[in-house]
Order: sequence, then C-alpha cells, then structure tokens
Amino acid sequence: MSTLFAPASGLCAIMLAATPFVIASAPYESTMGLVQKIFYYHVPSAWLMMLAALVSGTSSGFYLFNRKLSWDRIAVASAELMVLFGAIVLITGPLWGRKAWGVWWQWDARLTSSLTTWMIFCAYLIVRRFGGIGSEKLAAGLALFGLANVPFIYVSVNYWRTIHPTTNVVPTLPLSMGGPFWFCALTLLLLYMLLMQLRIRLEEQRTQLDDLYLAVDK
Amino acid sequence: MGRHAIMIQRTRFLIGIFLLVFSLVVPPVVAWAQQPGEQVDEFVPISELPPEDQLPAAPLLVSAYACVVLALGVYVWSVGRRLSTVQQEIKRLELEIKQDIHN
Repeated sequence: MSTLFAPASGLCAIMLAATPFVIASAPYESTMGLVQKIFYYHVPSAWLMMLAALVSGTSSGFYLFNRKLSWDRIAVASAELMVLFGAIVLITGPLWGRKAWGVWWQWDARLTSSLTTWMIFCAYLIVRRFGGIGSEKLAAGLALFGLANVPFIYVSVNYWRTIHPTTNVVPTLPLSMGGPFWFCALTLLLLYMLLMQLRIRLEEQRTQLDDLYLAVDK
Repeated sequence: MGRHAIMIQRTRFLIGIFLLVFSLVVPPVVAWAQQPGEQVDEFVPISELPPEDQLPAAPLLVSAYACVVLALGVYVWSVGRRLSTVQQEIKRLELEIKQDIHN
C-alpha cells in the first residue's frame, strides 16, 4: 500500500472530525433554514456516487476490452463505493425533501434515475457475489449500463420539470456557504480515494489467496 | 451436485426472492408516495398547528448525519474485517506450503 496512505488517513480523520464545526459555521438558508445543512453531505455524496459509477463503468469497459485483472479490481471497488455513497444520497435526500418539499419522495427524473442507477450497481454486486464463474464479465456489462445513466442523472434537473434544485446552485453559492461545502466535498473525495485503495488492496489479496489455494492443491 | 449448479440454483433463488419482495413492496410504496396532498382552503399559522404537524428540522438533520456516520463506519469496519480475514488465511496457507516443502 502507498506510503501516503497513513498520513492521508490521518488527515481525512481530522477533516471528518472538523466537518460538523465547519457546517455549523455556515449561515442558514433563507427559506429552508436548518434542514438545508443536509446539503453539505448530500451533494458531495451524490457527486461521489456519480464519480464511482463513472470509474466502475469505465474500468469495466477496459476490462472487457483487454481482460486485465487490474481494471476489474478497480471496477468492483468503485461499484461498492457507488452503492455506499448512493445509499447515503438516497437516505439523506428524502430526509431533506420531507421538510423542504413536504414529501419524502417524488418520481421525477433526478430521483428516479439516481435510484435506478443505484439499483444497477446493487445488481452488479449481487452478480459478482452469487454469479459464479465468469460473472465478472456479465457484471462489467451491467456497469456499462450504469455508466450510461450518469450523464442523464446530472442533466436531468436542467431538462425536465422537477422540484429538485438545478445544477446552478453550487456555482452560485456565496463564500460563507461555498467554503464549508467545498471543505466537505474535499473531505469526502479524500475518503473515497482512501477507501478505493483499501478495497483494491482487498481484491489483490483475494487474488493472492486464490493462487495460494491452487499451489496447495497441486 | 456441482459447485456451479449450486451457484446457479442459489442465484435463481435470490432472484426469485428479490422479484417477490420487489413486486410486494414497490406498488404500495409508489401509490403511497404519489398521494396528492390535501387542497388548501385556509392558512393556519405554524404556531397553531398540533406538535406532530410542526415537523421540526433538527430530528431530520440529526437522522441524516447519523445515517452518514453509520454507513461510512459500517463500511470501513466491513472492509477492515474482510481484509484481516484474507490476510490471516494467506498467512495460514503460506505456513502450510512452507511446512510441505520442509517435509
């Protein structure tokens, strides 16, 4: 594992511990008040969900093209993180929406496409876990479908009528809200990179274990 | 029965369970989520609402952050546990191989 892993983990732990204070220092939004503070974790988690889907889908494409195991390891690691961050988005979103919109859920383009993409990556992990021999190629195909959904999720709020805020919110944040937001986004990005490294390490060790089993059987 | 056949049987069983749960859970949830709200014919100040309808933001915010911390914590613990299990197994097999070579 990289020599940067330990210091980066320490930095990430400090940043994670600081986020509640940073978020508390941000001003209340005029119409939503306190509940809008869910935004500081919800939106970066949604970005990481899409990033993880992009990484998993792209790596799966490379794996199908050249059959290198290193691509498959990246794909499965990122798919797991997509499901993790997707779960965070799909739980924190309705908690925010209940107060801000008056409903837990709306079957609009953004929410529905996020849910279906999350389900595609859940299917990816189920296929990997229970699909048996050769399931990694089938799962890679699923990841490509998940990848195809990502641009749709991103632009959906700008092209279809929805109660979800548009992509214009983040670029127009005032500094007092933008500072805490980008701090949280950087913290979660660092966490994603560390978890990716840890998860890829697990896949490498599993390959080593399979080789050892073969050596023992000989 | 071979390992592959068991895997196929298990996968079919899981897919069956998933479809059953999906078909039982999704239609009522969709119907419930799409219920239109009641039509407004008067305005009531929030302070006059019963406490259960005032919907304070703090419990929602705390629930959201608790979910984030819980999800991340459980995932880190899960990866750590899987990693340590694999590492222990690697050590055990390496020892077994070394002993076989010496014997």
